[in-house]
Amino acid sequence: MSSNQIAQLLIEANASAVPVQVRCQGVWTVRGIAALELQLAQMDWPAANDLVFDGSAITALDTAGAWLLLRTMHTLQQRGKHTRFDGLRPEFDTLLQLVASHSIYTEPALSLKVGLLENIGRRFWLNLKMFSDMLAFVGESATALLRSLKQPYRIRWRTILYNLQTAGFEAMPIVGLLTFLMGVVIAYQGADQLQRFGANIFIVELVGLSMVRELSPLLTAIIIAGRSGSAYAAQIGTMKVTEEIDALRTIGVGAQELLVLPKMLALIIALPLLTVFADVTGIIGGMIMARSKLDVSFTTFINRLDEAISLSSFMVGIAKAPVFAVIIALVGCFQGFRVSGSADSVGRQTTVSVVQSIFLVILADALFSIVFNWFDL
Amino acid sequence: METSTTSLPVIDIHDLHTRYGTTLVHQDVSLSVQPGEIFALVGGSGCGKSTLLRAVIMLLRPASGSIRVFGQEVIGLSDEQALPLRRRWGVMFERGALFSSLTVAENVAMVLREHTRLSANLIGEVVALKIALTGLPADAGAKYPSELSGGMRKRAALARALALDPELLFLDEPTAGLDPHSASGIDELVRNLRDTLGLTIMLVTHDLDLLWRAADRVAVLDGGHILGIGSMEELSKSEHPVIREYFYGPRGRAAREQAWKKK
Repeated sequence: MSSNQIAQLLIEANASAVPVQVRCQGVWTVRGIAALELQLAQMDWPAANDLVFDGSAITALDTAGAWLLLRTMHTLQQRGKHTRFDGLRPEFDTLLQLVASHSIYTEPALSLKVGLLENIGRRFWLNLKMFSDMLAFVGESATALLRSLKQPYRIRWRTILYNLQTAGFEAMPIVGLLTFLMGVVIAYQGADQLQRFGANIFIVELVGLSMVRELSPLLTAIIIAGRSGSAYAAQIGTMKVTEEIDALRTIGVGAQELLVLPKMLALIIALPLLTVFADVTGIIGGMIMARSKLDVSFTTFINRLDEAISLSSFMVGIAKAPVFAVIIALVGCFQGFRVSGSADSVGRQTTVSVVQSIFLVILADALFSIVFNWFDL
Repeated sequence: METSTTSLPVIDIHDLHTRYGTTLVHQDVSLSVQPGEIFALVGGSGCGKSTLLRAVIMLLRPASGSIRVFGQEVIGLSDEQALPLRRRWGVMFERGALFSSLTVAENVAMVLREHTRLSANLIGEVVALKIALTGLPADAGAKYPSELSGGMRKRAALARALALDPELLFLDEPTAGLDPHSASGIDELVRNLRDTLGLTIMLVTHDLDLLWRAADRVAVLDGGHILGIGSMEELSKSEHPVIREYFYGPRGRAAREQAWKKK
């Protein structure tokens, strides 16, 4: 930037003269004052008490420049000096008046420092409140469900079918692929150990039981939580931002009935079906690995499967799926409803929904293990 | 406020054609905006007012024609070449388009931080000044856009548009969705800004009151053509049926009477 493109402030060399002339020159605009601002911070002002700001050489002035000029004079005045303007163009003078009339010399508001203890307390309180809101939401959903069951014509079958397709059918490729790979990995890891004991045939138990009882329900639920739970949160959250939820309420359509129940019911149907599908692809993965690493043929594997997996084991796996479905749907929708106002909030609640639903799914799975252990299943 | 000795038009649009897919939005649109002028684009919904504004601020590329802003052709400029121009104008969008994750003060400060090398302190003060200039109370700066009323949000959007002290200001529907009181506040604000900061203002509006009170010249668009350009007095004497319909509908008459009473 050449020197005539920036704002400058020169104190007349003849410092003994009273009043002291301060020459302002150049471009006093938001783009021109950056260097001057730094300079002003460590300026040596003359000792004289009378200063005249000569503005005749200012070629351009905007509100930022006018503010800097006024601020400089204000600080000088506070040190007990007399200052005044001279030679300012009339239009610049009006601008200065305008800026001066919108005085913002207010005491900066004391920012409340939040201490560690207070922070912990506040967080705890927020989480407690979220928990009670969550409970209220579960209650509302349950009553909405009961109301719908009493009046079955109010169930929105079309929406349920649509959700079945998007959350269930369209998730099949990814669920199938991931559980297939999981089956391959388990068989691969187990193969070495089993071979050492010559217990090749037990690969069927290893793959079959671990897939059917634990891995396929859990993996499917996690995939669906990431895939559909987040979509629920984002959809409802965006609707909240655009006031569509409020519009629904005024039309007299319950948001629960239209947005939450169909998703939940669809997922309760879809997740067990996906889990069965995941059982099949997972076992196929293990089967292929068993043949290539352990020489267990497909026929042997399938014949053995019948003894290895009892009906109760299979049912234990499937029985978890609807519970996971309820968790995913409710958490996703709940976090969607918690969105407030901004685009930022949609992102935050979507993230929270995925983290929370995966956490709760795994927690529920652990509880299931304990309960099933009691009943010796 | 840079005093320009030349009186070259700030915006000069020549033979503009704009298309959306196969539909022609503008045909042979030519107009110019003089320095220090408040220029309004009016017309029925869907007549291409906002599209014209978007073409001028380079959010949309016209099919043919020329748009010169500050004497520079803007059609076909790369983002990098457009930057110096974009710094010289401010845009206020119809719904504010404030960044919802930032407070009002942060919204305004962001522009200054991006484009200047001022200290955080001075930026804070300039932001407070801009917020005061647009008539917002001082505590509005710490609020998030979602906590503001419609009128305050417009003012906050205006404060952001004014952040860099632009020479040219574009306002898209500055009074839409406001109560009459807030709307007339905006009328006054627009005129004051022009008078005190020497801005050139181009605005798109439906608001006849705003037109009578603030606009120096008005262009009426219809079906992709400009039907007439002139001051409100001139246009109100026009014989063109669409213009007459526009200004002499019941609302038009009421606004006109109001304007006369004010004078």
